[in-house]
Amino acid sequence: MADLRELYQEVILDHTRNPRNFRELANATNTSVGHNPLCGDKVTVYVRMDGDRVAEASFLGQGCAISKSSASMMTDAVKGKTRAEVDVLFDKFHEMVTGQPGTPVDAKALGKLAVFQGVCEFPLRVKCASLAWHTLKATLEAREGTVSLE
Amino acid sequence: MARAAKVLLNVPAIKADFPILHRTMRDKPLTYLDSTATSQKPKQVIDAIVDYYARYNANVHRAIYELGEESTRAFEGARERIAEFLHARSPTEVAFTKSTTESLNLIAYGWGLKGKLKEGDEIVGTVMEHHSNHVPWHFVRDLKGAVLKYVDVDDDGALRMEQYDDLITKRTKVVTVAHVSNVLGTINDVKEIAKRAHEVGAICVVDAAQSVPHMPVDVQDLDCDFLAFSGHKMLGPTGIGVLYGKAKVLEETEPLLGGGEMIREVHLGTAKWNDVPYKFEGGTPNIEGAIGLGAAVDYLSKLGMESVRAHEMDLTAYALERLGKMPGLRMYGPRDARKRGGVVSFTMDKAHPHDIASILDVEGVCIRSGHHCAQPLMDRFNLAATARASFYVYNDVEDVDRLVAALEKVHEVFA
Repeated sequence: MADLRELYQEVILDHTRNPRNFRELANATNTSVGHNPLCGDKVTVYVRMDGDRVAEASFLGQGCAISKSSASMMTDAVKGKTRAEVDVLFDKFHEMVTGQPGTPVDAKALGKLAVFQGVCEFPLRVKCASLAWHTLKATLEAREGTVSLE
Repeated sequence: MARAAKVLLNVPAIKADFPILHRTMRDKPLTYLDSTATSQKPKQVIDAIVDYYARYNANVHRAIYELGEESTRAFEGARERIAEFLHARSPTEVAFTKSTTESLNLIAYGWGLKGKLKEGDEIVGTVMEHHSNHVPWHFVRDLKGAVLKYVDVDDDGALRMEQYDDLITKRTKVVTVAHVSNVLGTINDVKEIAKRAHEVGAICVVDAAQSVPHMPVDVQDLDCDFLAFSGHKMLGPTGIGVLYGKAKVLEETEPLLGGGEMIREVHLGTAKWNDVPYKFEGGTPNIEGAIGLGAAVDYLSKLGMESVRAHEMDLTAYALERLGKMPGLRMYGPRDARKRGGVVSFTMDKAHPHDIASILDVEGVCIRSGHHCAQPLMDRFNLAATARASFYVYNDVEDVDRLVAALEKVHEVFA
């Protein structure tokens, strides 16, 4: 049975209550808006690049506990990473939240992000967890417009 | 409780008629509180559909053989019972569509766009409409140059009736309104709105998707010109809807689908249409859907729509009282259960509606979260989403108690 505590772990709730990097980045080099029209969640991701590396990342927006904490932890996790490293992390994260329940995760690569493992038990919440990540990807690829998760 | 609970419906007996209510959800009893989205189906409806396929499946209206006669009788019999259910003057005022959405589009296109509306004509809607009663009128505006106006709601979710004084003018051709809001539960005074429309020669179009399943609706008493609703929200199957129209406006409405069923005669390059309502029913109709809806109407008629309404009102009063005591929970819509249908939208200050719905899901309680296809209304209340619980004939006080217990879990998680 899907366990509520798997989804709403204390770390996730902490990031929901006190989201990190929850602000506009004044000197951002890249910005994108992500939108989930199904639930109305919106997130703006700001990135300041230093060459090929993410020097700083932040976000603003409204959303559920899963989407907010995911954005919060993501902005911490990608700091100092190259585009290629962010891509790898994106793939690992995506694999984890869309995987079969019980599949072992790459805890070493994912670090704290492994707390989102429980999301795979709730397929309807995958979009909540991945909205900020898709938006970040669009930001780094400098794609125009709004990312929409249908 | 605001009202003493009268035992009007025998809910345990009703629950026994619904096979799905006997399954468990995540090892818990299934508590289904999303009938505003779609209702569950009693075995009487399921059996009627199975019986049609097992015993008398044949295309309707044309077959010479007895089997086709049987299916036609069942199909047209459903139309007659629906007409009676609505107090329509005649079954010819009832056209089958696939949904409320199709019915509303048929009015906007067939009556408005292809028929009666001109540039500068005005259509008065409200901010509380479902998207299906917004978007078809956008099409009419864009293609015909019609002008759209909207009546606002007050902070308690009641329609600001006084705004009709200014919004209805001699250029008004259509006044359209939801009978019951699918978010706020507000019951609108359709009879008065129809009267106001008729004073300037406009027609009144009613989205009855949330009223016909839940309360007595008498189209002659309301005096609306068109009324639209769906089968699946009233114990019937999906894919069947109804367009009721007064004979005059149905005659004025152009069909959308050309083809079989809807014609009287066809020659190369020309065709004469069949009579109403058949001219709107191009193609082989949803026969099982109509028969299933007929069985649903029988089921509801047997319960009595006055009793259905009274039951939901008591349950809603109980829910408003229990939810009203929960800290950090805010409800939307009229406070008085007599002024609203059995739908309760709410938000919690610490938990997003999505999180509420997920936690309730784990407790076996099905509610909806989101904008409920009413984004203009969400904008009006400056909300991105709400959680919404809704009630029907198979729900009882224990279902509300399970909802409250599950909401207490939400409170614990996010405290």
